[in-house]
Amino acid sequence: MTDTKQTSDTPVSGNTPTHAIDIEVLSRGRNMRQIADETPCLKIQGLNLFYGQKQALHNIDMVIPKQQVTAYIGPSGCGKSTLLRCINRMNDLVDGVRIDGKILLDEQNIYDKSVNVADLRRRVGMVFQKPNPFPKSIYENVAYGLRLQGVKDRRTMDGVVEDALKSAALWDEVKDRLHDSAFGLSGGQQQRLVIARAIAIEPEVLLLDEPASALDPISTLKIEELIYELKNKYTIVIVTHNMQQAARVSDYTAFMYMGKLIEYGDTKTLFTNPHQKQTEDYITGRYG
Amino acid sequence: MIREWFKSGNPWIWLTASAVSVSLILVFGLLLLIAARGLGHFWPATVWEYDYKNQDNSVVRLVGEVHDEEAVSAQRLREAGLAIEGDEEVTRYLLKTGNRDVLGQDFRWILEPGIQDMRKPETLLAIERREWGNLYGYLNAVQENQQTVAVGKGAWESLQQRLQRATALFAQIRALEKGEIGSINYGLERLRLRERGLELENNTDPAERESIKQERAALNAEYEGLQKQLTDLYQDINRDQIMVTVSTGETVMVPLAKIVHAYRPNAMSLLDKLGFYMAKVWEFVSDEPREANTEGGIFPAIFGTVMMVIIMSIMVVPFGVVAAVYLREYAKQGPLTQLIRIAVNNLAGVPSIVYGVFGLGFFVYFLGGNLDQLFFPEALPTPTFGTPGLLWASLTLALLTVPVVIVATEEGLSRIPKSVREGSLALGATKAETLWRTVLPMASPAIMTGLILAIARAAGEVAPLMLVGVVKLAPSLPLDGNAPFLHLDRKFMHLGFHIYDVGFQSPNVEAARPLVYATALLLVLVIVALNLTAIAIRNRLREKYRALEN
Repeated sequence: MTDTKQTSDTPVSGNTPTHAIDIEVLSRGRNMRQIADETPCLKIQGLNLFYGQKQALHNIDMVIPKQQVTAYIGPSGCGKSTLLRCINRMNDLVDGVRIDGKILLDEQNIYDKSVNVADLRRRVGMVFQKPNPFPKSIYENVAYGLRLQGVKDRRTMDGVVEDALKSAALWDEVKDRLHDSAFGLSGGQQQRLVIARAIAIEPEVLLLDEPASALDPISTLKIEELIYELKNKYTIVIVTHNMQQAARVSDYTAFMYMGKLIEYGDTKTLFTNPHQKQTEDYITGRYG
Repeated sequence: MIREWFKSGNPWIWLTASAVSVSLILVFGLLLLIAARGLGHFWPATVWEYDYKNQDNSVVRLVGEVHDEEAVSAQRLREAGLAIEGDEEVTRYLLKTGNRDVLGQDFRWILEPGIQDMRKPETLLAIERREWGNLYGYLNAVQENQQTVAVGKGAWESLQQRLQRATALFAQIRALEKGEIGSINYGLERLRLRERGLELENNTDPAERESIKQERAALNAEYEGLQKQLTDLYQDINRDQIMVTVSTGETVMVPLAKIVHAYRPNAMSLLDKLGFYMAKVWEFVSDEPREANTEGGIFPAIFGTVMMVIIMSIMVVPFGVVAAVYLREYAKQGPLTQLIRIAVNNLAGVPSIVYGVFGLGFFVYFLGGNLDQLFFPEALPTPTFGTPGLLWASLTLALLTVPVVIVATEEGLSRIPKSVREGSLALGATKAETLWRTVLPMASPAIMTGLILAIARAAGEVAPLMLVGVVKLAPSLPLDGNAPFLHLDRKFMHLGFHIYDVGFQSPNVEAARPLVYATALLLVLVIVALNLTAIAIRNRLREKYRALEN
C-alpha cells in the first residue's frame, strides 16, 4: 500500500510531517479527544499471540471506546487482522494458535473457560474482506443469524430483515427481490448485505476486516458512509490498508507494526502529530 | 516443412482428437452392436418352407426362420463327413425349426446346395407357446370341448377370437394366483409363525390361540372361495384347442391356454409387423421370464436392479457423507487421518468378489444369523435374514461404493471457501450448525457426484451379488401389496446376473443369445437412466450453489 505519489496541498509546518493524507477530511468538525474520556467497551490487556513458535502479537494493551469507530492501520503482516480476529475468537479456528492475556468485553474476559464462543460471536459481529454471502436468498442471508437463535415467527423475522437492510442502506435496492439469490447482487451490495446480516442479530461490537478493499470507489464510499451511520448504535473496529479511509471514518486509530501496538490515539492527532517515528514514517508513506 | 508442421502443434491436436474419436466410435459401436443384435430378435421374421435334400438323398420338408448364415469352405465340410462337390465356399443356414416337442431340437443347419425349393406360404402359422418354444405349422381345425368348430379359412378367424378370450382368462388366473391367493398364503405363513412364536414363548393364552384359529379359518374359507373361482377359470381356459399340422406331417394339438401369440408372419404387412414388434418389446420389458429365462420378459430383473441401486444409494450417502465430514471437519489432520484416507482410497480398488465373500460371511451368516436368532426364532430353521437377500446385497454394494462417496464428499468439503464458514461462525453459529446450514448444502453437488459414480459402479456389478442375494428366478418381487410392502429379506433378480444366466447357464443357448444382447442393452439403458436422474439433480444443486466458483 503506497500513497507516496499522492502529495498534499496542506501547508507543511515545523513539526507536522509531510502527509499523504488530506488533513481536512479528518476533522469533520471533531475536537481532539482522549480515549480515557470515553466509555470503554473492550479492554485488551497484555495480549500475546503465537502461531506455533512464532509470536505474532506482542503484549497488546488498549481500550476500545464504546460507540466509536476505532481503526487499525499498519503494513501488511503487522498483525492488525490477527488482533481483530482475537476479539471474536476467530483465531480459535486456526491450528496451532496460542493466546495469552485478556480481552474484556463488559468487564468479562472473553477467553475465560466459561464463555460460550457462539454467544460471544453473537455479541461481536464480523464482516470480512471479501463479501461472503451464503448461497441463499437475500432474505435468508439476513435471517440466518436469527434462525440460529430459533426465531420462527414470520412477522418478527420480516421486521428484523427489513430493519437490518434499511440500516445497511440496502433496502431500497433489494426490496423487490428479497427472495432472489444473494449472488445476483454486485460486490458492493453483497458487502452491505453481509453488514446487514451481521447487524440483524444486534451485536454490541462490529468488527470490519478491510470491508472495502475488494470494492470499487463508489461502493467504498457507500460502505464508509454506512460505517459513519452505524457508529451511533455499535462499537466499530475496522482494519484497513487504506490510510485515507482510516482517516475518514475513524475516531481513534491504532498503528501497528511487527505485531506491536506502536501508537494509539485520537485519529486527528495520530495523523497530524504522531508521537512515534515509525508512525510518522508510515503515514508519510516512507514504507508500507 | 515437417519440422514446422510439428512445431505448429497440429500433430498434437490430431493425436488428441483421434483418441477422442476412437473412444466415441468404440462406445457407439458397442451400443449399436448390442442394439442391433438384441432388438432384431423381436421382429417377426419370415418363415420359410423348404424342400431339402438330405445327405442320404432323401427329400424332406423343413419349416423355419433363418436364424444365422455363414460361408464354410467345402473342404471343411468334407472333413466333417459331408459329401460336397467342388471347391467353392458353401453357404449354410441355421434354421430355427421350432417344434421341439416333435423334432427334439429347435435348430438345425442346412446347406445351400441341398435346398431344392423354398416358399413362404401365407397360411403358415407361427405359435409362441408358454412351454416348448415356438411351433410352426398349418392350422387345421379349432376345437371346443374336443368338438371341431371351425376348419379351413374360418379356423384362423375363430382362432384369433378364441385366443383373445383365452389370453384374458389367463391374465385373470395370473392375477388371482399371484395377487389374492398369494396374499392369503402370505397371511397363513404369518399366522403359522405367530403360532410358533407363542409355542416358543410357552405362551398358552387360549385367547391368542383362539384368535389365530379364527383368522386361519377365515383365510382358509376365503381360499376355498378363490380356489373354486380358479377351478372354473381353468375349465374355461382349457375349453379350446387347435389342431396344427407340422412339417413332418404329424398333427399336434395345442390348447389355447398354452399359446402366447399366434400369428402368420408371411401374411403380415409391414404395419402389422411393426405393431407386433412393439408388443413384443413391451412384453420383454414388462413381463416375467418363462422357460428358464429364455422366453418372456425381464421385468423382475429390471425391478430388482433399480430397487437394489435405490436402497444402496439410501444407505451409502449418509454413511459416506458422515464419514467424510468426520475426516475432513473434525478429525485432527495428521499421519493417522492420512493413513485412513489412503486406506479408504485403496478400498475402492479391492476386487468386488472379495466384498461378496465378506458380505456372505459377515452380513448374511453372522449378522443375518444373529438377527434370526434374536427376532425371528419362530421361523427357524428356515432363515429369514440369515440367507442372501436384497438387504445384504444392497449393504454389500454400499460398502463397495462408500469409498467413492467419501472421496467425492471430502473433495467437495475442501472446496467450500473458508470465508463462507467464517461468515456463518461469525454470526454465532456453532461448527455443527455451520455444517448443517451452509457447508453441507454447498457440498451437495459434490456428494451427488460421488453418488453418480457409486451408482455407475453398483448397477453394473454382478460378481458379489451372486453371493449375497441375486438369484436366477425370484418367485416374487421385493415390493408388493402385503405388509410391510418392502421385503428386504427376499432374494431378487438382477439384469447383470440375468445376462450371465441366460447366456451361459441356459439349456437353449441359440434361442437365448439375442436375449443376452437385448438384456445387455436394457442394463445399459437402466444405468444411463439412473445416472441421468442423479446428474439432473446434481445440476440443479450446482445451479443453486454456483457461487462457489467466484
